[in-house]
Amino acid sequence: MKITVTLNGKTRTSDVEPRLLLIHYLREEAGLTGPHIGCETSLCGACTVEVDGKAVKSCAMFAVQADGRNVLTIEGLAANGTLHPVQEAFWNEHALQCGFCTPGMIMASKQLLERNPNPTEDEIRHGIDGNLCRCTGYQHIVNAVKAAASKMGA
Amino acid sequence: MIAQNFDYTAPASLAEALSLLASGEAKPLAGGMSLIPMMKLRLAAPDQVVDLGRIPELNYIRHDGGRVRIGATATHHQVATSTTVRSQCPLLAATAAQIGDVQVRNMGTIGGSVAHADPAADYPAALLALGAEVTVANAGGSRTLSIEDFLVDTFTTALEPGEIITEISVPAGGGSGCHYQKMLQPASGFAIVGIAVQVTASGGVIASARVGVTGLTGKAFRAHGVEAALVGKSAAGIAEAVAGIADGVDANSDIHASAGYRCQMARVHAGRAVAAALAKA
Repeated sequence: MKITVTLNGKTRTSDVEPRLLLIHYLREEAGLTGPHIGCETSLCGACTVEVDGKAVKSCAMFAVQADGRNVLTIEGLAANGTLHPVQEAFWNEHALQCGFCTPGMIMASKQLLERNPNPTEDEIRHGIDGNLCRCTGYQHIVNAVKAAASKMGA
Repeated sequence: MIAQNFDYTAPASLAEALSLLASGEAKPLAGGMSLIPMMKLRLAAPDQVVDLGRIPELNYIRHDGGRVRIGATATHHQVATSTTVRSQCPLLAATAAQIGDVQVRNMGTIGGSVAHADPAADYPAALLALGAEVTVANAGGSRTLSIEDFLVDTFTTALEPGEIITEISVPAGGGSGCHYQKMLQPASGFAIVGIAVQVTASGGVIASARVGVTGLTGKAFRAHGVEAALVGKSAAGIAEAVAGIADGVDANSDIHASAGYRCQMARVHAGRAVAAALAKA
């Protein structure tokens, strides 16, 4: 069936099978390979994107459910070549090792800071507990979210 | 993991949805947090899926007639953050805030979760403790059941083919003396045991208690015996009063927790839940 999605600000119309998962639509149909397929069981969060401003796991949603909606992936986060403060903080705080979880971590962290601009460490850990880092580099990720919070609040 | 293909419709009104579901052949899709993983594993392989996610009249939270009324497709995030829910039935908001993770709470819905009747789901414990009612509808009309009558068994509810949940309501004025305490399976966030408690108290002594238990058995239940034993107790008497919470139950046993361990954790977490609720009462 035909779906029209506003993808990182650009409208895209595609003919898809209803069973096509949003993550497969993004990676294979739209060529956006930023969101990753980690576990395929909606546990790891590597496929996290925003749909109408809400962080979702794109492996647990069909592309047809995104018809008519705004989808934001990690590729759409930097504005005119300027990194989003969360991206910049992940860079500065060395919040990635292998980088596989990073796109999802950043999208989940962005959601957290939009809803709670000044989170405690516990709130940060609760806010990103849908995302797993296989390198177990959580401490630097938490540091990055704190750094992004203080930059965004400044 | 690719689901078996299916026909997809996304009606814009409840009437249209009920008409599409009337044959009993189509599967309703709410937030999809249980159904979509099951379809990917082909544990579910419906030929038709009716998406309830584009029906504005199913998504609301309002306070009227002495109850907080929640439309079936209100997400866990909506329930957790609603000022109405937080002020009128804080136990439900606290429970919703502990479901899964933020991505699941953004998509998952109260109606979808309750209709799925997962024995380890969080909501049933709070809904039992709060005396919830479930309104269901099909193309022919609607009916309202108590949550006790709605939950029949593991993954089994009183829903007839063609019926969906339209609303879940709980009495308003739930009071601050409440707590949801769960021991969670760390990967999935599901409850190994989850205890929802609502108490009233005077001078540190429990005057009334309602206790809902999830995760322990094939379906969530109200611990009537524990509720009675808690009346008249102060903090010092809680452990003794909740000691019987697992008496006579047929406890679940899986790779995460044996039946004996679950029963012991139910006693431990029930004690903590009641103590926390009493401290806030």
